[in-house]
Amino acid sequence: MALTTHTASNHATDQLGYTALPALLRRMRGDEKHDWASESTIDVIWTLYDRVLRVDPLDPENPDRDRFYLSKGHGPMAYYAVLTAKGFIDPAMLDGFAGPDSILGHHPDRRLIPGVEISSGSLGQGLALGIGATTALALSRSSGRVFVLMGDGELDEGSNHEAIAYAARAELDALNVVVVDNDSATHGWPGGIARRFDVEGWSVETVDGRDHLAMEAAFTARHPGRPRAVIAEVGGVR
Amino acid sequence: MTMRDRFDEVVVDLLDEDPSAVLVLAAIAAGRVLPAARRRGVADRVVDVGIREQTQVGVAGGLALEGFRPILMSYAPFVVERPFEQIKISLSHQGVDAIIVSVGASWDASTAGRTHQAPEDVAVMSTLPGWSIHVPGHEDEAEAALRSAYFDGGSHYIRLANDTNQAPVSGMPGRIRTIRRGPSEAMTVLAIGPMLDDVVAATDELDTTVLYTNVVRPIDGRTLAAATLGTDIVVVEPYLSGTSVPAVASALSDRPMRIHAVGVDDPDVAMYGTAADHRRHHRLDVPGLRERFLAVERRRTALSA
Repeated sequence: MALTTHTASNHATDQLGYTALPALLRRMRGDEKHDWASESTIDVIWTLYDRVLRVDPLDPENPDRDRFYLSKGHGPMAYYAVLTAKGFIDPAMLDGFAGPDSILGHHPDRRLIPGVEISSGSLGQGLALGIGATTALALSRSSGRVFVLMGDGELDEGSNHEAIAYAARAELDALNVVVVDNDSATHGWPGGIARRFDVEGWSVETVDGRDHLAMEAAFTARHPGRPRAVIAEVGGVR
Repeated sequence: MTMRDRFDEVVVDLLDEDPSAVLVLAAIAAGRVLPAARRRGVADRVVDVGIREQTQVGVAGGLALEGFRPILMSYAPFVVERPFEQIKISLSHQGVDAIIVSVGASWDASTAGRTHQAPEDVAVMSTLPGWSIHVPGHEDEAEAALRSAYFDGGSHYIRLANDTNQAPVSGMPGRIRTIRRGPSEAMTVLAIGPMLDDVVAATDELDTTVLYTNVVRPIDGRTLAAATLGTDIVVVEPYLSGTSVPAVASALSDRPMRIHAVGVDDPDVAMYGTAADHRRHHRLDVPGLRERFLAVERRRTALSA
């Protein structure tokens, strides 16, 4: 079955554009004043769903779809807004965010939310899950790729460093990581996060995490025999 | 042949029998399994991540999310206790299943010290919803546990041990079996897994009913309730004492009963020596068990006088 990337021109369902995201975020927050651009992940997730991922809300179980794993789990409103804009989540679900009857909370639960591939929130678990999924897709001869979104603070968890080393040694070239770097790691990453992946043999690129075209190019570059790490810099929070 | 040797054989059979089976290892057991897996052409479904147990469990979760049936194996402290949060989140909370097999048990690595011993493993795994826990007492029971766990679906923890009973106990997996009926039925001993032979030897001269199970979660409460007729039951398990007492208490909650926990009271023993030395230290050898059963019997007699 052919899967296409989601663009406004090629998708049949009613989809919303990037400019609709602030209103969707406000609907979750019930807050008019909050600066929506402060969502560190919003441009990364938008770019992935709008320009990169082969996913379709009308065919959510397609074995050849790409898998997006929000590993860091924190601040998932940007994720929910994009899933809503792309037709996975009914906009009515945004009301009553994190309430007792809401499927949407401060960390996503895959058992509740359409289109969410993993439950996350405990930092440092998504990359190993992504490695397992990538291994599975190779065994199944699927053309699907796996994209794992992590945070620079999340990289502090030691489990990631087990996984970063193994993924490169296993030559998992259908595995892609994007580290959203907002300089929130407690002790920082001297010399840059890219070096941490590079030394293990990953294909690495550092880009502006607000530049959609640059990110699209980084996410679609070829990296045969090696997993890919894209470091998306979005400016510090401190 | 030990339970572990049997696992090495059966797991390769399972890889051969079912293309959904994947063995996920963290160095331990790779050298024992890979040669046969290569000969049988199934080595692509043996994933060895190296000494990385958090990754081992996470990778199993990712495989399960994509429809594979992962089997994980290592020493109990490394595959249960170290990556426990990954078991909770990367498996259970994702809504996916796996089979975790451990070796080492409570004192098999008797000369290796505390780091390689996990008398708490069953108690820890019992806190997670939905996991079945198998404590086979013989290599045949270990194979039956692995096969039924694999093909029945769901999540299973299978605890392999060097200690073994002389003969397997036949019957439905998970069903409590009556091994012996005491004349008065006043006292019952529930022997778990490899404790059975020593329990039988230690109750030789006693007026005691002996029951057996190799599945402690879920426990076969219906048979337990029907087979337990007296005032006292002793639960004998080769790991943290009292681990199965809540399940036994729940099964017997329709009557007044005294429930006695016999197991490992002292998980951090700070001693080396043999497995027999450890069993003696924990009073889980035949003389120690007999002494403890007699104490229960004396108290029962005194209370009923």
